[in-house]
Amino acid sequence: MRRLILGIAVSFGLTFGLAAQESHDDHAHDHDTHAQEHSTEAPDDHAHGESHAEGDHHDACSCGHHEEEEYNVTNTAYHHIGDANAFHVVGDLYIPLPCIVYDNIDGSLDVFMSSKLSKHTFSMHHGNSDYAYNGYVLAHGVLKRVKQGQDFPTDKVEVCITEVDHHPVVYYEGNCYELEGESTLDGGVFDTGGFDIASTTTSFMDFSVSKKVLSMILVFFLMLWIFLGIAKSYKTRRGMAPKGIQSLIEPIITMIVSDVAIPFIGKKYERFMPFLLSLFFFILGLNLLGQIPIFPGSGNVTGNLGFTLVLAVFTFIVVNINGNKDYWKHVFAMPGVPKWVLVILTPVEILGLFIKPFTLMLRLFANITAGHIVIISFVSLIFILGESGANIGGAGAGIGASIPLTMFMMAIELLVAFLQAFVFTLLTASYIGAAVQDHHH
Amino acid sequence: MKLTALGLGVAALAAGIGIGQIGGKAMEAIARQPEASDKISSNMILTAALVEGTALIAMILGFLREG
Repeated sequence: MRRLILGIAVSFGLTFGLAAQESHDDHAHDHDTHAQEHSTEAPDDHAHGESHAEGDHHDACSCGHHEEEEYNVTNTAYHHIGDANAFHVVGDLYIPLPCIVYDNIDGSLDVFMSSKLSKHTFSMHHGNSDYAYNGYVLAHGVLKRVKQGQDFPTDKVEVCITEVDHHPVVYYEGNCYELEGESTLDGGVFDTGGFDIASTTTSFMDFSVSKKVLSMILVFFLMLWIFLGIAKSYKTRRGMAPKGIQSLIEPIITMIVSDVAIPFIGKKYERFMPFLLSLFFFILGLNLLGQIPIFPGSGNVTGNLGFTLVLAVFTFIVVNINGNKDYWKHVFAMPGVPKWVLVILTPVEILGLFIKPFTLMLRLFANITAGHIVIISFVSLIFILGESGANIGGAGAGIGASIPLTMFMMAIELLVAFLQAFVFTLLTASYIGAAVQDHHH
Repeated sequence: MKLTALGLGVAALAAGIGIGQIGGKAMEAIARQPEASDKISSNMILTAALVEGTALIAMILGFLREG
């Protein structure tokens, strides 16, 4: 019972943590909107909706001005599941991260801390940078670059980031400069980052230690610490009952061995255990870390297409390197099938080689992303019903609806975090099994 | 936009029917042979994951469409 109460208390805390982060974002918005109402008067208000061409709204574009905009759940959700080059803790508190960017145009490599773009080391208003350096700025904590061909100065200049049509733009000396999209794999796919699809091609490559990379390194060291400790206690406590965290991990390892490896791979399973266990615990650790909405967590690593792509490529390599003669025979010339069917079957089987890791990649990514989006949408209820702080009663109702829903969804997500790690491992094991098992005809 | 949402709904519906069938049959199988429940449940998860994949692909396509 006590444990239950503690659990509920912690979930409440987490939900409030999420809501608090959101409310900060929203508050800042609200403030900006007010400023806009006061300063820009009617004349070009009508033009806003109709033409979005650059240059039309130089007067609409200035520091601290936002166009009148509604609370946008989609933008909020994408922002929260996306990557960032500064780790948002709470409010304006950001932890700077190293930026490593390769300039595609002159082939130079720039290395700097993201705090270089900000006036204060640990604080940025709304995640927007105060300076531009070589065209690089931080918009909502994400490193972006001013589009080429707008003659923007390449040295460090003071700028401010504002928004036109939901897209961040750079304001510098009376002019607005468009930004390129962010240079990440899913960032390119899911966030056009600018006014048109062509802006997804960036003039730089971002190899930064971003928020997600930092989470990954964190989990890496956590796993190293846990498993080296366990390995040591297996050596020193040989023949004795497991102790401490060993008792937590041992049943999970046993489950992977007896439910996944042995039934799906067969008697050659031992060679693949290190790979399967690394996959399982790494994904599980990252899933669980991504569930924590506040500082060390919140990096949605397994909800990143690039990350799952790399895992899927590992699986692809392991499966195909270990494929035996039977496996390749089944791919290129399925035994016991008439010749003319092979004409259809072989291309399908070859496609299948690639589709298997492809679905593996999508499954993990989509499950985790969907879960996060649903949680963020539930939290957003507060701001939708509260009309961004204008309607306190609505916000109260929103909180009443949002907290139980978010807690429910987080509970489901805990299950999904485990299940998806398990499914990834299970499917990998079954693909490996298909590749190494001897077939008898 | 609305069509994308509708398409996602249809995909979710189809996957829901599929996973429902898998879960239902697995329950029946476990009820018939409780001693085989470990084997059945891991195969159930495997098949459910494969079915779910189609819905997720639809979701990704929806995202791409929305951009």
